[in-house]
Amino acid sequence: MKIAEEKKVLLEVANLKQYFSVKKDSIFKPKTYVKAVDDISFVVNEGETLSIVGESGCGKSTTGRSILKLDEPTGGKVIYAGRNLVDLSRKEMRDLRGDLQVIFQDPFASLNPRQTIKQILTEAMTIQQSVPKPLQKDRMAELLNLVGLPTEALNRYPHEFSGGQRQRIGIARALAVDPKLIICDEAVSALDVSIQAQILNLLKKLQKQFQLTFLFISHDLSVVRHISDRVMVMYLGKIVEISDKKDLFDNPLHPYTKALLSSIPATNPSIKNERILLKGDVPSPINPPSGCRFHTRCPFAADRCKTEEPALRELEPDHFVSCHFAEELAQ
Amino acid sequence: MAIELNKEEPVIVTQTIDHPRQSVISNFFSVFLENKAAVVGGLIILFYIFIAIFAPFLAPYHPHEINLENKLVPPSMDHWMGTDDKGRDILSRILYGSRLSMGVGFAAVIFGAFFGITLGLIAGYYGKWVDSIIMRCMDVLLAFPGILLALAIVSALGPSLINVTIAVGAFSVPLFARIVRGSTLEVKQLEYIDAIRTLGANDGTIIFKHILPNILSPIIVQGTLRVATAILSAAGLSFLGLGAQPPSSEWGTMLSSGRDFLFTAPYIAIFPGLAIALLVLGFNIFGDGLRDAFDPRMKK
Repeated sequence: MKIAEEKKVLLEVANLKQYFSVKKDSIFKPKTYVKAVDDISFVVNEGETLSIVGESGCGKSTTGRSILKLDEPTGGKVIYAGRNLVDLSRKEMRDLRGDLQVIFQDPFASLNPRQTIKQILTEAMTIQQSVPKPLQKDRMAELLNLVGLPTEALNRYPHEFSGGQRQRIGIARALAVDPKLIICDEAVSALDVSIQAQILNLLKKLQKQFQLTFLFISHDLSVVRHISDRVMVMYLGKIVEISDKKDLFDNPLHPYTKALLSSIPATNPSIKNERILLKGDVPSPINPPSGCRFHTRCPFAADRCKTEEPALRELEPDHFVSCHFAEELAQ
Repeated sequence: MAIELNKEEPVIVTQTIDHPRQSVISNFFSVFLENKAAVVGGLIILFYIFIAIFAPFLAPYHPHEINLENKLVPPSMDHWMGTDDKGRDILSRILYGSRLSMGVGFAAVIFGAFFGITLGLIAGYYGKWVDSIIMRCMDVLLAFPGILLALAIVSALGPSLINVTIAVGAFSVPLFARIVRGSTLEVKQLEYIDAIRTLGANDGTIIFKHILPNILSPIIVQGTLRVATAILSAAGLSFLGLGAQPPSSEWGTMLSSGRDFLFTAPYIAIFPGLAIALLVLGFNIFGDGLRDAFDPRMKK
């Protein structure tokens, strides 16, 4: 995949596959797999926010988990700092884990209820040895200050905080090890809209301050529109379109992206959006459709779509799409 | 529903923590103390522990002191619970016997819990074939009725109080393993475990610092209830002559030696029986109370 020269690639994902085996009905039947992520390739540039969007079950969270090796990928490469994370042993991986951090969706499940905030932050710094012991106390105060929490929070337990505050603690824990890339897995989906804005602004501020790179996984298009530099759309474990945020929202090329974007309600009721309604449900990832995975629901599907799988092509500079008829549809 | 963002607004507004400080422990006690039965259970246990510790000061006679002139004396001012067929004071024997019965009960549960928790954590955390092997072994143990399994173990090892402890402990292992495995599976998939894994923590840290502290409540409840069962089983085995041997003042042994005199001197068997029943009752209602207090749905 080509990228513009001035951008430095931080993370490259090549042909990543993540299959999960499904319980068999009988030992005589062949093993079946859910192809949660099926052969996807993309790059994350340094300092940018790349969003992954798609409906539930399209493999966006699985992609994040595979990159972090929370689930061992079935195949493919994840190249970071010149090393393929997929091949690294647990010990080698541990040295790199400080660079790759994660912020989770559920602020009520992402903090150990038996640990004080101090213990949570100390543990992070100690495991990664990011801050020497005598300096940890100052660093903790600094971290809390960065995420907008008072210092007296240190000796409290997670259950004493509100959802938004817990999310701030989760961010502080991720920052404690000086990461380069933070994967935000639906990081604001569980919060109220007003709190969402606060947390998004906080993330933006921290990104500027520490030159962080975000891989932002979300199903919420308005959040994605606000935070991203580039957007990647996934459908059934495949990438359907990657592009600049502005390009994607103004000029979507893939029929699925068009349908997805048309589902955003207009803020101005006098503007009539043409709503593209898709027929049927998302097919099962255990037995995905042949050819283009979207052909069962695509309003423009032709015979070719049923047999031939479309490649991800660069149709316009930095605008990749996987559709046989993208050129025709663009007109 | 576009998000309104006010760029002027300073991004960092230090948050205030609205929740008043509330300690987990005080919350636990407020629920627990409301359960009158559980408090009574706790008091019974405390009473027995007090007796076990201070038995030498409380007992009017030596538990093994044979006084054939005073045999089979019914309860009186001199001998509150009477004497047995060898003239030993039953009250003193029961007081000393509390050490043996409670010792066996606690030791067996600690033994069973140690192995059960370890196996359950390993099975639940590592899953796959490790889980299958461990849990199938536990299923085999569970297939035997507890007391039968204990009987088999004691017959193999030979009758003694220590072997009874091992036997009773052994049939507690699968129960602990099951509970711990289930809770481990539940906690393992929570996001804070993933978070600590992305920091690079090793399995030991994850298991002992992050999983074990969060599954303690069911372990404590089960442990308390198991102490009652263990005491009862140990007394049962001693009654059958497989545990503590005469002249030991273990309650089951006392019960056994009193059975020949059930019609002529029933007090020899009645008082050790009551001692066992009251202690087991105490542990059971205390355990039930703990379960209610630990259950988050019971919190106000």
